[in-house]
Order: sequence, then structure tokens, then C-alpha cells
Amino acid sequence: MEATGVTAGGKPVTFPQYMLLNAKRFAARPAMRMKDYGIWQTWSWSEQRDEIRDFALGLKAMGLGEGERIAIVGANRPRLYWAFCAAQSLKAIPVPVYADSVAEEMAYVLNHAGIRFALVQDQEQVDKIQSVAEDIPGLSDVIYDEPRGLRDYDHTHLHDFAAIQEKGRELARSDASAVADWEAGIRASDGSEVSAILYTSGTTGRSKGVMLTASASVKAAEDTAAFDHLTERDEVLAYLPLAWVGDHYLNYAQGYVVGLCMSCPESPDTVSQNLREIGPTFYFAPPRVFEGLLTSVMIRMEDASRVKKWLFNRYLGVAKKYGEKILEGREVPLSGRISYWLGDKLIYGPLRNVLGFTRIRTAYTAGEAIGPDLFSFFRSLGINLKQLYGQTEAFLYVTAQKDGDVRPDTVGPAAPDVDIRIAENGEVQFRSPGMFSGYYGDEDKTKETMTDDGWVMTGDAGIFDARGHLKIIDRAKDVGKLTTGALYAPKYIENKLKFFPNIKEAVAFGDGKDFVAVFLNIDLTAVGNWAERNNISYGSYQELAGLPQVYETMSKHVDQVNRDLAAEPMMAGAQIQRFLVLHKELDADDGELTRTQKVRRSFIAERYAPLIEALYDGSGERFIETEVTFEDGRKGAISATVKVADAEIHPAVDVLPEAAE
Amino acid sequence: MNARIQHVELHADDDGLNPGDVMLKVDNVSLSFGGVKAISDISFDILKGEIRAIIGPNGAGKTSMLNVINGFYHPQEGVITFRGKARSRMQPYEAAASGIARTFQNVALFKGMSTLDNIMSGRTLRMHKNFFWQVLHFGPARNEEIEHRLKVEEIIDFLEIQHIRKTPVGKLPYGLQKRVELGRALAMEPDLLLLDEPMAGMNLEEKEDMSRFILDVNSQMGTTIALIEHDMGVVMDISDRVVVLDYGRKIGDGSPEDVKNNQDVIDAYLGVSH
Repeated sequence: MEATGVTAGGKPVTFPQYMLLNAKRFAARPAMRMKDYGIWQTWSWSEQRDEIRDFALGLKAMGLGEGERIAIVGANRPRLYWAFCAAQSLKAIPVPVYADSVAEEMAYVLNHAGIRFALVQDQEQVDKIQSVAEDIPGLSDVIYDEPRGLRDYDHTHLHDFAAIQEKGRELARSDASAVADWEAGIRASDGSEVSAILYTSGTTGRSKGVMLTASASVKAAEDTAAFDHLTERDEVLAYLPLAWVGDHYLNYAQGYVVGLCMSCPESPDTVSQNLREIGPTFYFAPPRVFEGLLTSVMIRMEDASRVKKWLFNRYLGVAKKYGEKILEGREVPLSGRISYWLGDKLIYGPLRNVLGFTRIRTAYTAGEAIGPDLFSFFRSLGINLKQLYGQTEAFLYVTAQKDGDVRPDTVGPAAPDVDIRIAENGEVQFRSPGMFSGYYGDEDKTKETMTDDGWVMTGDAGIFDARGHLKIIDRAKDVGKLTTGALYAPKYIENKLKFFPNIKEAVAFGDGKDFVAVFLNIDLTAVGNWAERNNISYGSYQELAGLPQVYETMSKHVDQVNRDLAAEPMMAGAQIQRFLVLHKELDADDGELTRTQKVRRSFIAERYAPLIEALYDGSGERFIETEVTFEDGRKGAISATVKVADAEIHPAVDVLPEAAE
Repeated sequence: MNARIQHVELHADDDGLNPGDVMLKVDNVSLSFGGVKAISDISFDILKGEIRAIIGPNGAGKTSMLNVINGFYHPQEGVITFRGKARSRMQPYEAAASGIARTFQNVALFKGMSTLDNIMSGRTLRMHKNFFWQVLHFGPARNEEIEHRLKVEEIIDFLEIQHIRKTPVGKLPYGLQKRVELGRALAMEPDLLLLDEPMAGMNLEEKEDMSRFILDVNSQMGTTIALIEHDMGVVMDISDRVVVLDYGRKIGDGSPEDVKNNQDVIDAYLGVSH
């Protein structure tokens, strides 16, 4: 291990310390890439240090002080990532904010975090912040990355990133001690300061500011980077929301610790092309991204020639049979290996290439349960896709699957140095190296979340299987009972429904009711394509969702889920009795989903109260008018008459009690 | 090792005019096709740096007016003065060479070519190396192409169409095709940009995007813009001055506010018996 001159000892304990170390040990290796004007631009670690230093000195000159919070709003841009490190190098605290949050949400977070300076990406964000400037009295200055369209704005409290950096560069040039002081300041840290405040996406009410300490964050990142054997030769594509713990952890934190290269996509629309160009070695995507990929592959195969279709189906069969076994190093007959090798040359290799997965060594998915077929599909193609379970409060990892020991229905054993226990009410609790130090400005919430003996309550209900792998069933508080006494885990049912490509979202109801009923959201891509192939015309999402043929298909899906549930003794009592297909897509802009696309159950229950009533009073249809919010904040209304359909209940399959898990 | 690409500025040529000076003047222009009078005795001007809207009901002569300005039609009467130079007959390529670019009501792109190539085609007039060099694609011609590519990339970035850089435009949705067409017109770095219904057939979000692009072109590149548009909300929001045509005659001219309150204009739109 190289000596770093860090006073606390040999190893760096903050990200800026790692930044200095990397600038020395990997000076000429790439640290950051971004596609600009159609060409990939690269910054080496030493160049990245200079960029960060200049911006940090500029910020310092503006008056950003120790412990002060600076908001960072925008897409994945190198300058925004540099701002994290620049702020941390001054012991200021970066607070990333979701770029797509509407003005009020943003005002809430900026106020709550007591923001004085905000760094934003572009004119859109500047406009958004200025529209609510009155509600954020503490905010004094806004810095922007992209100057486009901002030339004629009043620049008294508005600054170009480049100008601030230039100011810092001037300082560094004119005053040699400025740089030395800056580096000394970084080295002097013992890592006890808060290094970032990440706001939760607000699945349950207002978002909370999770405070993460520098040394704890570094330790967590070191642990998991070692777990997945990450090195400076790895590459990642940073495309997930900057404000989300996953992006911050997987790209920034792990990136600094091992010195890997982070690439930023050219624009949000080019992610899939950029993925192909960069060919990352480490990749994370929520299940819905993999779902989207599978859907698009399948749709394109529908249009392929007959020979190609035949080849595809034949070798997909081979992959299904041997792919996962080969990936996990299990025994496979020679003939199987030969078939798989052939399939790899003909189908899997080219397919991985098209998806940008050629160089992937480790891929993760998390956030929601992933369908077993979907999961196996990618693994059988030779992609080492694994699951992890994590939280912002843990600085991501709580559990992670080991290479070669992967199952679709669990999230794996505890991650390195993490302790997990299941409370009496079934709730998962943990202690981990990256554990948060509290919610910013909210002592009460912190107390509510921590047990007296210092464990963090996840709010998720889970069980350990025989091999010590954790299985998450639902949110602990969502697990309820029907009036019949049957156990009802809404997420469990919803996930089963969502595994059908035609169903994009499902919301189940049943706690304290006589039976289970669900709302369904169709997947426009899949159902639209199906309609096209079957010559079914439709004018809008709403019309498509209400078609009798669509109801028929949905009815089949629901029936299949009921059969599955009937086979599980614990769940057999909670089969779906009635369902309806919603006339509009659930949307984060309307508050129905969180920014990370999780269903906000109680909000939906309130908003669609008449429909729920219709589900339970036996009526066949119900009229409803719903308010919708457009991206610019204006509101409109859509109305529809929604049909309610009945489903068949299957008798519980007779299984011996001890067979139940 | 630092070979970072420098940003290039796209801007209209310096023609010695100051913002607010008359750039183009139309004097008593009349145009007829056989017995049909498309335009009768119209006069108005376009000032440097402004966004000038031409509005009017269907068949009012708006597109004919644009066609007259860029030399596609030759008026029987009247004079058009562009940058102080009066002319009666001009060919479209001469208009293009003198800094007038346009887009069309119905998208007129090379459908089989990529977005990039379509926009690149807008640079043709600015390429100076002759055919011989270009065929060889060597030395000066190559350097020139790299320079032009940079300008084109600037436009792609400006219009936020990176994701369709290599897509054949025929495969693109209509709204994006319109954007590519604007890109090709911008590639000429025109002084005067004529837009024929840039927002026709677009949804609300696409219209908002397009409005923003038009405003940005105007403010950042300093390009003077004359546009025909049917969406009154858009016209009132983004244009500095509006000229209103009806049955080939001019019935109103002034700020959006003036025009909105002009009784003749209201009549023309709502319809009164003539």
C-alpha cells in the first residue's frame, strides 16, 4: 500500500484523500470520460485533480465554508461529479438533488438542507430554482454548468462554472500556498466529517436527508470493491440519477476507492448507444431496465427473418439449459458445452455486444424483485448478473450475492462486515460499516429508525432461507391480514403480476378487506406491439387500456398468479378476486410513484378511492376524473369509465404443512 | 495530452448592420399565377435581430411571401431590398449564398441519409475546396471536412439530437424531422432564417422545445428570423413583430399586442361576410 501522507495513518479515509492518491498512483490513467461533439473526451486522474482543485479554490473564494451544504442538481456530468469532491475537499457537504423533481419538491430539499450555494446543470434547472427562489430565503448563489440560453440572465447571483474554475486557477497560479494549503487541508482530515447528505426518494412521505460520514463511506466502498474484485482497470457508465445512493456509491465512491474510470453519457437519450461504445465492466440497473431490454430484444426478434428466429429460439433453449451452470462453474456434459460455445459465437456474443454487455464482469440489480425468468435470461447469456439489497441509510449494501452462488428469489447473504438480524415482527435490521450517522435536522426520525442497541430498522419484512440468504417479502408495515385472517403481502402479489411483460405496474389492496383486488397498468410498448401485430387499432393509452381483448389477456395473467399463489400455503388465502386496468399510467409527476419509480400505495388509494370502492362493492364499471401534472407544472384532467373484472379463485393446493417455508 | 475540443461559436456573419436596422424590405410586391392574385401590393420590413411572424388564415399568401423572399417566385411588381441591395429577380441559390436559409412546411430532407449527413449538406455552400479535392478526401479537403463536422456537431448539441446522429431521418418521428430540418438550415449559419410552419403537427411538448430553440437561435447566434405559424399562442409569445395577411393583402402589422386588438385581424380569423 502506498504511503499517502495522510495524518490519520496509511490509508485514505476521505474521498478527496483518495483523489490525491489516485492522481499520484494512476496519474495518466483515465478517471472520467464524457462524449462531447460526438467524440469521447477523457480526463486522467491528474487532470481530474486539477479540475477539482480549481473549482474548489473558486468555491472557497466565493465563501463556501466547512460544514456548509452545497446542492448539486443535474444529469451525470463530469463537472457535477467533480463538485462532490471539490466540496468535500473543503469539508463542505454536497447534497445532490433529483434533477427531475418539480419546483416545490426541490424547494423543500434546498430549504431543509439549508442551502446557500447550488450547482445546477443548465437553464432548465436555473429557471426551476428561480421560480421558487422566494421560498428558499437561504439560497444566495447559483452556479451553472451549461451556459446555453443563460446569457441574458442577471448574473449578480448567477455564475458560470467555468468562471469560478478560472478564478480558482488564477488563485492557484498567483499564490503557491493556496494549492499547498488546499492539499494540506485534505490530508488533515480524520474522516469524521459528514461527506454527503443524500435525500431519500420519499417512498413513505417527505424525503429525509441521510448523513453519511466520510470514513464510514470510504470503508463501505473499500469492502464491496474488494468483494467484487474491482480495480483501476474497471469502467462504469454513470447514467442513473446523480442524487440516488446507488449512482453515488457505485460510480463515485467505489470509483475513487479503486481508481476506476467513470464515463458520462452524451445525453440521457444516448445511454444505450454509449453503453455499447464504452462497454462497461461493472454495471448496475434496476430490474425495469433489464425488463425493457428483454422486451426490446423480443420485439426486434419478432421482425427478424425466419432463419434468425429459428437460430435465436434454438440457442436460447441451449442457454436456458446450460448457460447458468457454465457461468457458475457447475458440471455440464461436453455436448452441452459445445452447443453453448456455438450459441455463444452465433447468438449470445453478438447479443451481448448489441446490449453493450460484452465486457461486463459484474452486473447488479436491486430496488425491486426481479422476475426469475428475466434474471435467468441474462445470466444464461453469460452475464454475471447478481442481486443486492441495500438502502440509503446503509450507504447502499446490506446484502449481496457472491459470484457463483446466485438465486433469483433471494438477495444473498450479508455483505462484508454487515450484521443482519430479523426482528420479532419480521423486520430486517442491520449494522454496517457505511451506516448513516442520522437524518439531517431530524433527530426524531433518526430515533424512530434506530433501535436502542444501534441497529438500523429497514422497514422491510424478510426471512432467511436455509443457506442464510435473505429473502425480502414486502415492506414490514404493508404486510397485513384479510378479514378471513389470511396473510396478505401486497408487494409479493404485485411482483408476481409485474413479471408479465404486459403489466408495467400493479397495486394490490386487501389489508382489512374481505379479499384481494388489484389495479393494473399495462406496458405500452409490449401491449402496443401486440395490438399492432393483431391489427387492433387504438388511439391512446386510455383506449388501449380499456379494450376488451386487453382485459382478456390481463385476466389470463391474473389467473396464472392465482394458481401460483394457490401453490404456496402461506399465500393461498390471498388470491386476487377482482381487478381493473387503470386508464392512465402511474407517474412520479402526479405523485403516484416515487422518483425511483416505486408505488406510493396510500396516495394512490386516496386518489383513486372511487375505483377501490368499485372493486369492493361489486359494480362492473366506474367513472373517474383524475388530475394530471405536466412536466412544466401545469395541470390538466383526464376522465374515463373504468371496467372492473372478476377473477377465478383456485383452491389451495394440498401441501403438507412442513413443506411450507 | 490534452486535446479537448474547443467550443466553436455559431453566429450570423457580421454584415455591418446593427440590431434594429432594416435588413430586408418588401416594397409594393404583387404576385399572381395567371388570374389568381396570390399577393397584392404588400410592403413590410424585417429588422436585424428580430423575430418576425407572418400570420394569416389558409391561403392568405404566407408561403408565397416566403417563396418571394428567397427567390423561388419572382413577383410581377415591387422590389425586395436585402441588406440595402434591391433586386427583382433572384434565384434561390443566390439567396442562399447571400445568407438566407429556410425550412419547409412539409419536411424536405434526404430521407435515406442520416441526421448528421443531412445537416452536413447544409454546409455545402461553405465548403471551398473544389470537387477534385473532395473526391480525393485528402489534405486540405479533409481538414475542411473536420472543421465543418465540428460546426455540425455544435448544431447537434444545440438541438439536442445526439441520440439520432446516425439514424436515417426517414425513420424519425415528425417532430424530430422538423428539428433536423432546422439543423440543416442553421448549418448555413444564415443571417436571415425563414421558417415555414416550424411547429405544424407537433404536440405541446414538441412545440415548447421548438419555441425554445427558435428563441435560442435568435439570441445566441444573432440570427434574424421570419416565421409563419398558425399557433397563435406561440406567435404571441415568441415574436417581436407580426404582419398579418389575408387574401393576399396586408391587414395588420405591429407588435403582437397591437395585432391581437386589430379589428380587421379579428374579423379575418373569426370570419365575417365579405
